[in-house]
Amino acid sequence: MQDYLFYIFSALTLLCGALIILSRNPINSAMFLVLSIASMAGLFVLLHAFFLAAVQVLVYAGAVMVLFLFVIMLLDLKVEQRRRINAFGAVTGLLAVGVIVWVMVTTMLGTSLPAVTEVLRHEGGTEPLGTLLFHQYVLPFEILSVLLLVAMVGAILLSKKDLK
Amino acid sequence: MQLHHYLIFSALLFAVGLAGALTRRNGILVLVGIELMLNAANLNFIAFWRFSADPQAMQGILFVLFSIAIAAAEAAVGLALIISIYRHYKTTNLEEMNSLQG
Repeated sequence: MQDYLFYIFSALTLLCGALIILSRNPINSAMFLVLSIASMAGLFVLLHAFFLAAVQVLVYAGAVMVLFLFVIMLLDLKVEQRRRINAFGAVTGLLAVGVIVWVMVTTMLGTSLPAVTEVLRHEGGTEPLGTLLFHQYVLPFEILSVLLLVAMVGAILLSKKDLK
Repeated sequence: MQLHHYLIFSALLFAVGLAGALTRRNGILVLVGIELMLNAANLNFIAFWRFSADPQAMQGILFVLFSIAIAAAEAAVGLALIISIYRHYKTTNLEEMNSLQG
């Protein structure tokens, strides 16, 4: 059952990823990104990272995608739909992608990787995660909050009309 | 499901994101491709956490949590940059932004 779910979710993610790139309309791309992210959350569940699956749906499919959609609708992108993809960029890009996939897959198939050793009890649950986050990893957490504040101020400043 | 499956899937997803970032010329879609690549890296972290010797340490999950927050910040700043570029050039086509070429 889990194997079938893995194949379904991964095929869905890759299909939606391909449709993101191929679709002409940026709004369609953003919608396919939502689907891709959601099916990836399914893969997170299969890996027993339940909290992260929820965070993935909330943050990516919720917040980040709304941001993307707002910007796409804010800008006038009608010209983009008529424009063809340039051949040079496509050829060089796909060549680079092919080489990277070849390197990654041959490396992975050449190494012996561990299997799951035992059945875990608190697998990716929220409670041990919160305990760790607010005790052992509290400094990175606070630094991250400052980073988010800086990003927010920077985004507001960058998108202001005139900086006087 | 073995670790190999997840790693190969994540390599393929990374490749799809990279293809999007390299071949599309709209700045927003380049950012979307970067998000896909970040997601592939996140999946790798979780797969390695799940198949590691000591999953109770939760390091993979914590790293992905931080990485998701940084990806959100990156998307916000990137989209703000695209908005301000659009105000200046009236386009989001990255190939027309060549004023640094000299």
